[in-house]
Amino acid sequence: MDIFLQQIVNGLVQGSIYALVALGYTMVYGIMGLINFAHGEVVMIGTLVTITVAGSLIKAGMPVALAGLAGMMAAVLVCMALGWALERVAYRPLRHAPRLTPLITAIGMSIVLQNLAMMVWGRNYLTFPSFLPSVDFELAGAHFTAIQVIIVLVSAATMGALLLLVYRTKLGMAMRATAQNPAVASLMGVNVNRVIAAAFIIGSALGAVAGVMVGAYYEIAHYQMGFMLGLKAFTAAVLGGIGNLAGAMLGGILLGIIEALGAGYIGDLTGGFLGSHYQDIFAFVVLIVVLMFKPSGLFGEKSGDRA
Amino acid sequence: MSANLPTPLLEARAVAKHFGGVKALRDVSLSIRRGEIYGLIGPNGAGKTTFFNCMTGLYVPDGGGFTFDGTPLVADASDKAAARGIARTFQNIRLFGNMTALENVMVGRHVRTRAGVLGAIFQNAATRAEEAAIRQKAIDLLHYVRIEERADDLARNLSYGDQRRLEIARALATDPKLLCLDEPAAGMNATETEQLRELIDGIRRDGTTILLIEHDVKLVMGLCDRVAVLDYGALLIEDVPAVVQKDQRVIEAYLGA
Amino acid sequence: MNFGRFFRSTVGIATLAALLVALPFVAAMGGQAWVRILDFAILYVFLALGLNIVVGLAGLLDLGYIAFYAVGAYTWALLASPHFGLHWPIWAILPIGAGLACLAGVVLGSPTLKLRGDYLAIVTLGFGEIVRIFLNNLNAPINVTNGPQGITLIDPVSFGAFKFSGTTQIFGFAVSGPQKYYFLLIALAILVIIINLRLQNSRIGRAWQAIREDEIAAKAIGINTRNLKLLAFAMGASFGGVAGGIFSAMQGFVSPESFSLIESIMILAMVVLGGMGHIPGVILGAVLLTVLPEVLRYGVGPLQMALFGKMLADPESLRMLVFGLALVLVMRFKPAGLWPSPVRRRELQETGK
Repeated sequence: MDIFLQQIVNGLVQGSIYALVALGYTMVYGIMGLINFAHGEVVMIGTLVTITVAGSLIKAGMPVALAGLAGMMAAVLVCMALGWALERVAYRPLRHAPRLTPLITAIGMSIVLQNLAMMVWGRNYLTFPSFLPSVDFELAGAHFTAIQVIIVLVSAATMGALLLLVYRTKLGMAMRATAQNPAVASLMGVNVNRVIAAAFIIGSALGAVAGVMVGAYYEIAHYQMGFMLGLKAFTAAVLGGIGNLAGAMLGGILLGIIEALGAGYIGDLTGGFLGSHYQDIFAFVVLIVVLMFKPSGLFGEKSGDRA
Repeated sequence: MSANLPTPLLEARAVAKHFGGVKALRDVSLSIRRGEIYGLIGPNGAGKTTFFNCMTGLYVPDGGGFTFDGTPLVADASDKAAARGIARTFQNIRLFGNMTALENVMVGRHVRTRAGVLGAIFQNAATRAEEAAIRQKAIDLLHYVRIEERADDLARNLSYGDQRRLEIARALATDPKLLCLDEPAAGMNATETEQLRELIDGIRRDGTTILLIEHDVKLVMGLCDRVAVLDYGALLIEDVPAVVQKDQRVIEAYLGA
Repeated sequence: MNFGRFFRSTVGIATLAALLVALPFVAAMGGQAWVRILDFAILYVFLALGLNIVVGLAGLLDLGYIAFYAVGAYTWALLASPHFGLHWPIWAILPIGAGLACLAGVVLGSPTLKLRGDYLAIVTLGFGEIVRIFLNNLNAPINVTNGPQGITLIDPVSFGAFKFSGTTQIFGFAVSGPQKYYFLLIALAILVIIINLRLQNSRIGRAWQAIREDEIAAKAIGINTRNLKLLAFAMGASFGGVAGGIFSAMQGFVSPESFSLIESIMILAMVVLGGMGHIPGVILGAVLLTVLPEVLRYGVGPLQMALFGKMLADPESLRMLVFGLALVLVMRFKPAGLWPSPVRRRELQETGK
């Protein structure tokens, strides 16, 4: 029972991070139908920028918590700019190209960003400065640390803010309208270009927050870390029903928990044949199974053929 | 007049379809006889295209069903409908844009031919003969709809009227018993509509039954043997044009409320 | 000059054949390494044309193609190496490898192919990762794949006593191992070119293209889209399986790192960059993307030294950076690929006016 609860806690933490990244995928996909493969790289750059900024501020004598906050702000700003630039330079010219074209561009940008990051930050693992004392809490037999609590709280707050933005502001309404039908939205006076840019910028900001938290959680970062994270977050978005914000959040958390439980129990389940290093396959196995039985995702609406 | 007729080609029995709370079709029953041009009209949103999509297997009806040529149609299998002998065109033309006009018609022969991967790779005599027959039939059909000189152009580069014709040729390539045309005259000028009228009439004379969904009441009344009128998903009347035109309910549906 | 017509004439074919025969001997003057690069270029031509059936003809976005290649490669490695002490002959292993890859394709494709295309992309991508994770970890408790170390001492391709490894004297010429593989690979590539050409202009090929263009319209004319998509997917997978087997034998060594996602992306890029669905374009894409990185590998370092007097950036990452940029730029300025089919090219010019 202890393991079970512990894995639920771990899964919730990891899942909050997936959820934040998944939101970036789902917003862009919902509005323009593009899998933005480079989103995982945006997250990675968020982590690495935080390391550089916070690291040098700490070295300059700034209090650790303040430096961490400054690092996060810097990461959010850099990533927003990066998201904006990606859309403007790489995707916007391809708005009316065949479906495969922007996807290949996205893959290309992903490769470019990874290798740029490698040139800037090198190919070695970087350590993330510890912002917080490692306090341990215990509840009903499950242990958790201050950073885990903070990750869940920050994710919840960020997602809450996003929901407010999307459902309570004019920009949010324009975004929802564009997702429904870009042509009609533009007839109604919505500036579709601005909406798409906003989706990229907001998604990247969420990605940056997620990047900071991944770094803080694992205390380690690497130029290739964005790939697997991005892939799983996209899986989470599909799991929840792509294009659906609440679905991305729930899908992310669900995926985190499934992975954690899977990793905790796979040894027992297979009689020791498969160990916890198979953790990464759960995301994809779950994805395939869900798509088999509920193609529109767990929380997505049924999308029939458009005749 | 009905005494000497065999079973109808298509019979719809109490077909119902709803989307959420909206009842798009309310127990529509009608029958199409062999060799006739049957018109299905109604104001916008009356359920014409929904009826069409149920019949061709794109939607699954929520109630009722279809009998085609004596046997029931399987719901939710649009590829089976073509094999049974129902071909259709689309209201908003759906051609294979990056294939040539000729290829568009050739692919229409798919359901009447059988060559597989091995045949294609080894190019055995049967495959080559079949391929030649497909090509000849496609050329003939392009002639038939009078766009043979556009054979090698990509479908998406054809003019609007030619695209309509190409779509009809592609549908005819499946050797249909029933050809369903979904608003073929939409967006056409008077000359083009007249040419279309001749084409449809010709197709019927050559032995294919036609179901015509149309907005252009004049075209329908001049061309069809019988007409059915849908309004708010329900069948108002099914009769010869002369009767339908004078029907009070029809006039109200078109002019009224 | 019309290349197409030239290559269809007898003189053209003879010239091309002579060039292809001479090529490995010319390349050998620069060292056997260049012959090996040539071998890989042709292997990638084979792989890319296999994927072209899936992506170019049927329009299915397969991002896990390399997994099928891995299945073929490990099938050969396990059935023809000291690892299990098995040394089965080629006529048994190659069909088994292709069959297993095909089976994997069917198992993966049947649930996903009825879904929207983007889901296929992500599922195939995930499948590629699953295969790699298994290859990496199936060394305990039973050692099946030997984990990250991979499998070594794999048997070369051989027909009876004729082995493709080592140097042989043929008509007084010393022909090296890579050169022999070159001719084997050329034969396979010609085979796959013929299959592509014939499929493209066949009943099945047209149905695939129709599905690519408009699935609903394809269904309406009676095409069983699900089965045909599965057929394309499974065929592509089988080609991947065959290529994997040859790769295994040629290298004599396989390990999971040869089957990473970037390999899948490379092959997809070959198909798309070259000119999707257009066979000469795909061949160009495959050759370009195999040879260009090698040229960059040898060229980038010295070039930097010459220009700046020191190494500014790691050649490996610079090479990948250039590759990524090339993908972006080609999609931006030549969306139909570098060498699109003549019909498409004409279209682009027409709309350009």
